[in-house]
Amino acid sequence: MPVVDPAAADGVFSLLWLVIALPALGAAVLLLGGRRTDAWGHLLGVATVAGSFVLSLVAFVGLLGRGADDRAFTQHLYTWIEAGGFRVEASLLYDPLSALFLLLITGVGALIHLYSVGYMAHDPRRRRFFAYLNLFVAAMLVLVLADDYVVLFLGWEGVGLASYLLIGFWQHKPSAAVAAKKAFVVNRVGDLGMALGIMLMFATFGSTAFAEVSRVATEATDGVLTALGLLLLLAACGKSAQVPLQSWLLDAMEGPTPVSALIHAATMVTAGVYLVVRSNFIYENAPVAQTAVVVVGAVTLLWGAVIGCAKDDIKKALAGSTMSQIGYMMLAAGLGVAGYAFAIFHLLTHGFFKANMFLGAGSVMHGMDDDVDMRHYGALQKAMPVTFLTFAMGYLAIIGFPGFSGFWSKDKIIEAGFEDNLVAGLAALLGAGITAFYMTRLMLMTFFGEKRWEKGVHPHESPKVMTVPLIVLAALSVLGGVMLLGDWIVGFLAPVVGEAEHHTPAVPPIVMTLVVVAVVAVGVATAWLLVGRREVPRTAPQRVSVFTRAARADLYGDAINEALFMRPGDRFVGDLVTFDNAGVDGAVNGTAAAFGGMSGRMRRWQNGFVRSYALSVLVGALVVLVAMLAVNLA
Amino acid sequence: MAVPLVGSVVVALLPARLGGALTKQVAFGVSLLTLGIAAAVGAGYDVGGGFQYTEEHEWIAAFGAHYALGVDGIGLTLVLLTAILTPVVILASWDDGDAGRWGVNAFFAWMLALEGLAIGVFAATDVFLFYVLFEATLIPIYFLIGGFGGARRSYAAVKFLLYSLLGGLLMLASVIGLYVVSADSETGPTYLLSELSRMEMDQNVGRWLFLGFFIAFAIKAPMFPVHTWLPDAASEGTPGTSVLLVSILDKIGTFGMIRFCLGLFPEASQWATPVVVALAVVSVLYGALVAVGQDSIPRLIAYTSVSHFGFIVLGIFVMNTQGQTGSTLYMFNHGLSTAALFLVTGFLIRRRRSQLISDMGGVEKVAPVLAGVFLVAGLASLSLPGLSPFISEFLVLVGTFVYSWWVAVIATLGIVLAALYILVMYQRTMTGVPVPAVVGMKDLTRREISALAPLLVLIVALGFFPQPLTAIINPAVEDTLQQVGVSDPAPDVPVTAGPGEEEESH
Repeated sequence: MPVVDPAAADGVFSLLWLVIALPALGAAVLLLGGRRTDAWGHLLGVATVAGSFVLSLVAFVGLLGRGADDRAFTQHLYTWIEAGGFRVEASLLYDPLSALFLLLITGVGALIHLYSVGYMAHDPRRRRFFAYLNLFVAAMLVLVLADDYVVLFLGWEGVGLASYLLIGFWQHKPSAAVAAKKAFVVNRVGDLGMALGIMLMFATFGSTAFAEVSRVATEATDGVLTALGLLLLLAACGKSAQVPLQSWLLDAMEGPTPVSALIHAATMVTAGVYLVVRSNFIYENAPVAQTAVVVVGAVTLLWGAVIGCAKDDIKKALAGSTMSQIGYMMLAAGLGVAGYAFAIFHLLTHGFFKANMFLGAGSVMHGMDDDVDMRHYGALQKAMPVTFLTFAMGYLAIIGFPGFSGFWSKDKIIEAGFEDNLVAGLAALLGAGITAFYMTRLMLMTFFGEKRWEKGVHPHESPKVMTVPLIVLAALSVLGGVMLLGDWIVGFLAPVVGEAEHHTPAVPPIVMTLVVVAVVAVGVATAWLLVGRREVPRTAPQRVSVFTRAARADLYGDAINEALFMRPGDRFVGDLVTFDNAGVDGAVNGTAAAFGGMSGRMRRWQNGFVRSYALSVLVGALVVLVAMLAVNLA
Repeated sequence: MAVPLVGSVVVALLPARLGGALTKQVAFGVSLLTLGIAAAVGAGYDVGGGFQYTEEHEWIAAFGAHYALGVDGIGLTLVLLTAILTPVVILASWDDGDAGRWGVNAFFAWMLALEGLAIGVFAATDVFLFYVLFEATLIPIYFLIGGFGGARRSYAAVKFLLYSLLGGLLMLASVIGLYVVSADSETGPTYLLSELSRMEMDQNVGRWLFLGFFIAFAIKAPMFPVHTWLPDAASEGTPGTSVLLVSILDKIGTFGMIRFCLGLFPEASQWATPVVVALAVVSVLYGALVAVGQDSIPRLIAYTSVSHFGFIVLGIFVMNTQGQTGSTLYMFNHGLSTAALFLVTGFLIRRRRSQLISDMGGVEKVAPVLAGVFLVAGLASLSLPGLSPFISEFLVLVGTFVYSWWVAVIATLGIVLAALYILVMYQRTMTGVPVPAVVGMKDLTRREISALAPLLVLIVALGFFPQPLTAIINPAVEDTLQQVGVSDPAPDVPVTAGPGEEEESH
């Protein structure tokens, strides 16, 4: 198992801090600059992220030029927190894993920033939008460049804040404000795991730095390691919307669509996967926790896929799909050394094709006057040819059409799943079929069939500033699979996550692949039979099976939370408030009343007669005298 | 060094008779001067630790009472907090004294008096002097609550006074007890901390005396179940008064626990730890839960403070470096974040003429700057990493975890509740469509922004660079722990014991 053992950064790598500082500076200028920056704020926002991308690219090329065991660098900035033995260094860690994330975040991030210039052109608060986006990018970069769990936590909560601000960007919509709050609070539940995990780490190892923890992780007891694994998994569930903390992601679609693409598809929601992969030195020694990761991944990949089948809101269908795809990554990450690299591989390809499709959905909404109901779409392939074609590339990638990026990455996960155990493999295989179904349904309802447009809607292609990012992302969705050529990505990540020894799989890979393709074909065909051949009703049918109803209600995730936590919680808080007013305050006031009664009696002593005062003075003096004598005699 | 500060109060009292605008300017000037001196003291403080800037004069020889002052890192932190917050409060409360019972002069004079006394309390190194100043702070704050504020201000002021006097009485008993004990020892009667802390003390006597001090401080802090005076005081006082009360005066309680409970009665402190920790954890959760259920903004903030004070006490009594450094830092950071929260909501309440969350909505649309400041202050209160309160809260939790993992698990639930009470409040007041009563509301004025800006700058700056404070706090905490006679437990699998070479520092 590899140990994190970075060298001091020099050369291009000493510019690492600038990768974070650029977008952070952008956010600060745009937020503090106020209206003065309205005119050029969006351009600055794009420029800072593009600058970070260039730096990331330079650093990446520098990394490739070095030997495989010489690819980790750390840059020490300053000592952040120090109290006794608790010491947190603000240091950055650049290794193959963070290098790939850097490219994804700044690359896809820059494209989405560019797209937003067009998408948010008519929003009076566009500058603020770009400020928040820049803030997000900076925080996300802190998250993946941290070399200490506490620093990672800083980025972790930073992206949570940015996500909160951006989901609730249209604050005047009460639904958006509620969704934003929900996302933050649910994430805080996950943060419980993160915070406690860090504390346990400190109590056990006396350090929270990757390098140090990874070196001695094996020496901790199994109980501690399992607890650590489970706590970090809880954190990952919150951030990555995995069951049981999945409920916030669908509501998060209240945010502007570029936000859904960048934060709630390509980058932030995958932070949980990053956390598990990064903590491989813990999970490798905690098989129970690994199994838990696999279970969470398998359950979520089916959960999200089922939800995706029943949604008429194009963004919510895509959100269900995101949840499901991250489930795939989780599952792979839980498989250990055999799966880490594939988890990251799928994370990258998913970042391309899902960002592509979300932006495509945004482009569709742009043309349809912000209508999100797919039942009002149809036959858009003529009206919006570029959007259609680019979206189709994303579609083929996600269902795993042979040759497209998703084909390679999903196939690998299903393969690895079957090698680990039958259930995980079957879940992944079934998920592939469902994915093919709901994505085909989405495709058919949006771009094919009859026009079902609302009156007065005239769909039109989006401006260049929006379609160019779509084209780039579509190209990446098609070609992302090249990372697997000669197992490049496996070898590249090996210094960080280790490499599984090769052995002959029970089922030849080619057979496996054919089975997957067959299942996908069944999914596509089913969708064609159910949706493509019939007319799509403009309003959702009400008489549907219990399954559809459950899927429409997000499999009752919210209802369960409501019944288990929120309603009893509300009652409990209400009771406590009453108790505080009547009980605690009352008890104390009762005591006060008793004192009041006593003072009434005492008042009688103050009767105005000088002689009784004199008497009390005498008594008092005697008491003092006796006390002093007692002290001196003793 | 406290002499110029106390002196400045006297100076401020005199021109306070001249009236109106001049009073405000003079008061503001004096508070700035105090800040300047405090900053100079802070800059000149040798981070090596120990008490510095000490002075000592015999006061009442028969009691062994001295006029003795000096600051260590913990005291200095709180002196700085006081010096920073007073000008902010004066600037923010510019017009709040106009409508009071006793006029604008009294308002600002009491504020300055309070500042001087509070600094004295934090710098006192003599128990008797501390006690006198401790009780003396009640006078200005009583008049501030009772004279300038809401409709039920008299009730709130009397309630506050009764609680405090009860605590003061118990402390007086212990102070007298200390006299008896010290008179008994070879040093003769003394109240000097430096001598008392070296004194041998009978176990039972120590425990009784500890209780007297502790209960007084617990009322002051305030902790569950003696917290109910705070919501009333906070909702009836002006925002500025609430800041002085919660951000500064209540810190005397937790400061006293470190300085006197731990410093004088180490054995008794350890004896009481399980009960105190339990009460602290109850305070954390209870305060947060009751806060969730409040409709009045100042009452809500008051209950969040009950929760935060629970964290502070927790950190003090888990008896390790992380906990106590966290607590001391927490006192400072909580002072900043709660001050920002009280002041910005005060501006909001003044505009809306209602304290109730249910009377607001959609303020973000009409007053974005106010909403932005409110959000940052709120996020600080829920300890978002990157803002200063995170560091202190996290250190307290780390310290708690080292003390007992399951206590930490319970206390950590507080961070979820904190997100709930802050964000629900923000959502209901700031987001949505503006309610009719809010339409046309003015955004923050230049004066209001300049009062809040220093707080926000400090919250962010200390969130990323807490070193200036931790450097002066750490040695003081080590001294305290040494006095108590405990040291941090070693980790189970220390990094340095790992295979291979010694850990190299970055």
